[in-house]
Amino acid sequence: MSEMISVEDVWKSFDRGRIEVLKGVNLGVARGEVLALCGTSGCGKSTLLHVIGGLEPPDRGLVRIDGKVPSGEAARLELLRRGVGFVFQLHHLVAGLTLEENCLVPAVATGMSRSAARARVRELAEATGIAGRLDRRVRELSGGERQRGSLVRALLNDPPILLADEPTGALDETNRERVFELLLDLARSQGKTLVIATHDLDLARRCDRVVRMRDGKVVEDGV
Amino acid sequence: MSLWRLIFTNLRRHRVRTAIGATGIALGVATMLSVVGILSGAVRMFERILRSDSELVVFERNVSDLFFSNVPVTLADELEKQPAVKDAQPVLFAIVASPDRPVITCFGIRASDGRLKKATWVKGSINDFRDDGDAIVLGERAAEFLKAEPGQRLELGQQSYPVAGIVRTENGFEDGGVFMPLLCAQKAFHKEGVASIVSVAMNAGHETSEVKEWMKTNHSSFSALENEEFSKSYSQFKILKTTAWVVGGCAFLLGGLSVTNTMILSVFSRIRELAIVRVSGFSKGQVARMIFGESLVISFIGMIAGLVLSGVGLRLLKLVPQLQGYIDPSLGLTEILGAMGLAVVTALLGALYPAWYAVRLKPADALRYE
Repeated sequence: MSEMISVEDVWKSFDRGRIEVLKGVNLGVARGEVLALCGTSGCGKSTLLHVIGGLEPPDRGLVRIDGKVPSGEAARLELLRRGVGFVFQLHHLVAGLTLEENCLVPAVATGMSRSAARARVRELAEATGIAGRLDRRVRELSGGERQRGSLVRALLNDPPILLADEPTGALDETNRERVFELLLDLARSQGKTLVIATHDLDLARRCDRVVRMRDGKVVEDGV
Repeated sequence: MSLWRLIFTNLRRHRVRTAIGATGIALGVATMLSVVGILSGAVRMFERILRSDSELVVFERNVSDLFFSNVPVTLADELEKQPAVKDAQPVLFAIVASPDRPVITCFGIRASDGRLKKATWVKGSINDFRDDGDAIVLGERAAEFLKAEPGQRLELGQQSYPVAGIVRTENGFEDGGVFMPLLCAQKAFHKEGVASIVSVAMNAGHETSEVKEWMKTNHSSFSALENEEFSKSYSQFKILKTTAWVVGGCAFLLGGLSVTNTMILSVFSRIRELAIVRVSGFSKGQVARMIFGESLVISFIGMIAGLVLSGVGLRLLKLVPQLQGYIDPSLGLTEILGAMGLAVVTALLGALYPAWYAVRLKPADALRYE
């Protein structure tokens, strides 16, 4: 399988180099692969996802997405619009909007037609089991429904890559299980490349591959 | 779902904050339009005093204030002999005090001046106002605050004068002023033989340029300007109008600060939300448009409220007895467009820093923001 994501000797530090978070990370993720990034808090999982998704430029090293290096503002913007979808630990839905409107936010960015965007939301909402809740405002939704909504939002522009940063971290036991399964099912059924950062090894073992990070480095691959 | 939907949703979510921002603009608009309305009204009334059925105003060249202008009355007589001139009326402006009133405007005019003929005579008759007499005529409001009646003597300055009558005029300055025979006024204010201005009415078929040319050739130390030209060039009017716009602009500035404050709070309170729209693919320009859009909507609401507020306020001020005649509540298109333009500028300036802050947010940092 060809590599969808290729991370080559990536370094990233904060606070003017005083805090080194990524220290020469090398990682390849195949197209359609579901990979779990494991490690304790502060090991660099989230930063690596941000660097892959174009939210943070690396200090050194390269990130290739489907063979191309997204450098520069325009390329990074295009990556965020059509290349990757992010799911975070918190849903970050906009209060005051309905669930459907929240899911449509990426369509505003890309200028997708209203009818096409609504059809896509409906399709994804059916798949995630929240179709009946689309007209509800955020405060009327359960935690699981909100997180599923954020998943629909991440997939709206049909990105080939899904990056999930502790997506079940804020959910209760039942919802954690459901949302994780849903994420795996959606990724596999739609052929997405999925990278999930988690410190839950039980959940991680259900992925195609597990990579363990420690202190800004990949210490085990293919666990 | 559109950018506007996001804008309105955010404003609706924080109604109080939106209302405070809009109130700032509303007060700015209302203050500006009120100040401009009041001062422009005052200027218009003074213009009407000068105009009084005439087309030209003759006054001493390069004086900053008409109260300091000295035009020989003989010039009015010369002007009347010109074929283009129908009538030339000298008018002497002065400020006089009575025991209870420190400032009363006094108009020294001839009996033939049209303004007393046009006025409504409440008491007395125009025949009692004579060029060679010392009887004065009071505006209705002046008679009220001076508590004077025809037949009484009224102390003004160093002299006392018999009151010949009381007239009602639409002009606040005239209604609160005193009409005095020109000769009498010249004597009282030590301005023998001179007037402040000469109002010139033209004969039909003649151009004002004929008089202007004649004045330039024969009396170059005096200016003859058409009423419009005079209004634009008279420094006192310019000062008043500039003051109005500056005071109004300051009020707007305060309103602008309230918009800035509202928008800063709006940005700071939803840093993660802004991060998520960036993560969803919003460009920096789209984020900036969202912030500027919110600011423009706040300003638009404030502007409408301000227009209503100033309209009602000016009408109420017009009803105050002491201000009757001085307030002209009819705001011109220039003033309204000016206020609207300032509202837009204020909105854009007010959103500048919040928008700059919002577009500089790094989504990754913002998502970690507590």
